[in-house]
Amino acid sequence: MAPMKLYGSTMSWNVTRCAVALEEAGSDYEIVPINFATAEHKSPEHLARNPFGQVPALQDGDLYVWESRAICKYAARKNKPELLKEGNLEESAMVDVWMEVEANQYTSVLNPILFQCLISPMLGGSTDQKVVEENLEKLKKVLEVYEARLTKYKYLAGDFLSLADLNHVSATLCLFATPHASVLDGYPHVKAWWSSLMERPSVQKVAALMKPSA
Amino acid sequence: MAMKVYGPAASTNVARVLVCLEEVGAEYEVVPVDMPSGEHKSSAHVARNPFGQVPGFQDGDLILTESRAISKYILRKGGSDLLRESNLSESAMVDVWLEVENVHFNSAMSPIIFQSFVVPSFLGGETDMKIVKENLEKLKTAREVYEARLSRFKYLAGDFVSLADISHFPAAYYLLGGPHASVLDVYPHVKAWIAEFMDRRSVKKVAELMKTPSA
Repeated sequence: MAPMKLYGSTMSWNVTRCAVALEEAGSDYEIVPINFATAEHKSPEHLARNPFGQVPALQDGDLYVWESRAICKYAARKNKPELLKEGNLEESAMVDVWMEVEANQYTSVLNPILFQCLISPMLGGSTDQKVVEENLEKLKKVLEVYEARLTKYKYLAGDFLSLADLNHVSATLCLFATPHASVLDGYPHVKAWWSSLMERPSVQKVAALMKPSA
Repeated sequence: MAMKVYGPAASTNVARVLVCLEEVGAEYEVVPVDMPSGEHKSSAHVARNPFGQVPGFQDGDLILTESRAISKYILRKGGSDLLRESNLSESAMVDVWLEVENVHFNSAMSPIIFQSFVVPSFLGGETDMKIVKENLEKLKTAREVYEARLSRFKYLAGDFVSLADISHFPAAYYLLGGPHASVLDVYPHVKAWIAEFMDRRSVKKVAELMKTPSA
């Protein structure tokens, strides 16, 4: 079987979210860069992979999957299904809950912070500090919920590692590239959870991919 | 013991959960949460949903949040085929289109619903047409992608109905019942697809519950 192809730039935390899942699942894959400067993401070839003209997109043989969290689930289901716990009704529910929380509560407030601090300056703009401050306040409220959860359990879905934890990795790694990583300092259990994720070889590998030499 | 759903049926996120309960024929009870008085931020509700949002959900000792996660739990428990989890490529397509529903459809519909229904009916304010127009424009890309997809397949994930389709019902209900339903007119496959899921027994039942003002 040919390796799966993950289309997109490793500067995108939606792309590296998938890379973490693919690494953790031990999937055979390669990253195929997409050039935004030439609008390659809006080319007919790429629109066939992702009709919204966005990254990432994953190709596995004849199958195209897009939307990063759907790609992550696909990799897990194919190569390491215990990351989803789908055989256990209650555990799979908690994995689903915390995957939704990642998308709808955590990364949704991190996105504007990361955009303002990392992307906007790259596009020749400046950082809107008001947007950053507002979302840091929202992030603190979210982190309070995480701290309470991680005081009771080792990982978000329970005392087992799941895709719900891993889906947080890429955006959190980007947070460390901004001046605001210290926001985590007030939440010791969140920090301990993050440290345990950072020790994983899959996370180390993707963190290296994200270094700005690419 | 009946499962409990906390929140008003008129909330799109609550309605998503209710339609899944109806799909599997589960026994359930809707427990009202009075949002205008801030009950969703009360300590009792925050114990069920730490983000102080609706829905809250309880099945025995199990407490869940996030409507799409709750929906999957209900369907799995009820042995429904709407997730296709035993088939790798079909389940991937269900996941893709469920994400699309959240990211491209619901994210544009939520501000439209808020401005068109919640602001004038509950907050005594006026609809901000600028916000409505911006989001109708965002919705346009989604409508075009949907039309292309539904010209090739009967449903979003393929030629089988799935949670990805049904999950669109609550926002589609408001789109059809609001002043902007005509935006669908140039998308015949999207219109036919919506009409089909609106005709499901489960959807009709929940649509009735959504009309009840106090629920």
